[in-house]
Amino acid sequence: MLETASALKRTPFYPRHVAFGAKMVPFAGHEMPIQYEGIMAEHRTVRTGVGVFDVSHMGEIRLTGSGAIALANRLVTNETGQQLPTGKVVYTPMCLESGGIIDDLLVYVLGDDRLLVVNAANFDKDLAWIQEHAHADVTVHDENADTAQLAVQGPKSEDVVARLYGDRVRSLAFYEGFEFGTGDDWTLVSRTGYTGEDGFEIYVRAPRALALWDRVFEAGQPEGIKPIGLGARDTLRLEMGYCLYGNDIDETTNPLEAGLGWTVRWDKSEFIGAEALRRFKELGVSRRLQGLILDGDKIARAGAEVDKDKASIGKVTSGSMGISIGRPVAMAYLAREVSAPGQTVDVITRGHAVPAQVTARPMYQHGSVRSPKPRRP
Amino acid sequence: MNVPRELRYTKEHEWIRVEGGEAVVGVTDYAQGELGDVIFVELPSPGSKVTYMKAFGTIDAVKTVSDLFAPVTGEIVAVNGALKDDPALVNRSPYQDGWMVRIRLESPAEVNALLSAEDYEKTLGAHA
Repeated sequence: MLETASALKRTPFYPRHVAFGAKMVPFAGHEMPIQYEGIMAEHRTVRTGVGVFDVSHMGEIRLTGSGAIALANRLVTNETGQQLPTGKVVYTPMCLESGGIIDDLLVYVLGDDRLLVVNAANFDKDLAWIQEHAHADVTVHDENADTAQLAVQGPKSEDVVARLYGDRVRSLAFYEGFEFGTGDDWTLVSRTGYTGEDGFEIYVRAPRALALWDRVFEAGQPEGIKPIGLGARDTLRLEMGYCLYGNDIDETTNPLEAGLGWTVRWDKSEFIGAEALRRFKELGVSRRLQGLILDGDKIARAGAEVDKDKASIGKVTSGSMGISIGRPVAMAYLAREVSAPGQTVDVITRGHAVPAQVTARPMYQHGSVRSPKPRRP
Repeated sequence: MNVPRELRYTKEHEWIRVEGGEAVVGVTDYAQGELGDVIFVELPSPGSKVTYMKAFGTIDAVKTVSDLFAPVTGEIVAVNGALKDDPALVNRSPYQDGWMVRIRLESPAEVNALLSAEDYEKTLGAHA
């Protein structure tokens, strides 16, 4: 996709990216850092230490008013309703009536408000969809331009973030957060991320962004904190089998075939797409999004065909080097009959059939996010 | 950015160093920087023929894959086996340890048509 430089937005952290020597590229309408010292080194920094991503391109939409909870819950497949405690964060698809995925997002439960954090490339579409479904009892706030976000990720992230926000950071469970302050002092901290490591996402208002960056780097000095680009963000999420909207999921795929069935709450109040998804569940899906670990060193890129016994059974949706796995990894929709983990298939990579093993997601099994957190007294 | 004076270049970012009737070929410092971390270099076997400006191999980087184009026509007499174990040599040492193939020149005059360091730098002006 070609994007002209003049149309690109810059996040409030732009001066720091330049100062830290980032290579900047157009991404979802923004000028974003793809790498600083190199994707491999940055990937390893996050797996073993702590790194910082500018994720301000993500879009924030806040729902307020007496109908906010009901609207959010009607828009998404996961449970985000009244019964959830404040501070809870929920990962969820937002679906069309067809069951196709409009976007995947985080919903923050903030009292009677719901804060939706959506993909940059989908922001305009999502906002229009949400406004279209909002009645007079909901106000839809576009907080995108006012909000800056850093993701502090890695096994050493807790100490860094606790230095900034105190011990309540340590007592956060995965997918929990807290907000404090108002106006320009508003801050939201959650134990969330897209890397497979323990980590936090910190949201502030744009005027406070550079101060946040500087405080994070100062606090992380003992841990050797480093800035991480979108390149490593992609290799980290891919090893975990996390979906990237536009690659692995879109409006032509549904949560069940994407392996996101756990985010569809059949027992909750009615939501958009429920009828179609119930039908898919009864009939069974025809394909499943699975992980692949390839033999050799060649990378399978998105679009590569996957064969079994010389017959096509699917296509790669994301592929890169599994830097911590040591082998190329990919995700692919595979015909259900031949999608079981453990099978050997062929990925057609530039004319060559490269053997690959079908693998359950996550393909990388050692992320600190899966380990039980030691709690301090 | 390093563009050694003594080498010749293609606009596809290969460099070539002529040594008698043979030439050593690799990719430029600019190319390795644009590609990012190289993780695999696919090269032809010694004995195979390559043709001027035809693809003869590929470089896989984390984010992208790129074809390698032959700056000259000839026969591959050696490939850099060290790239198999350490493809990042292309990033660390694009003009020395990261070389890719050695080609026996079929018509040494072909080299004269390639870009000088100065002309190659001019082509980068638009990108860099």
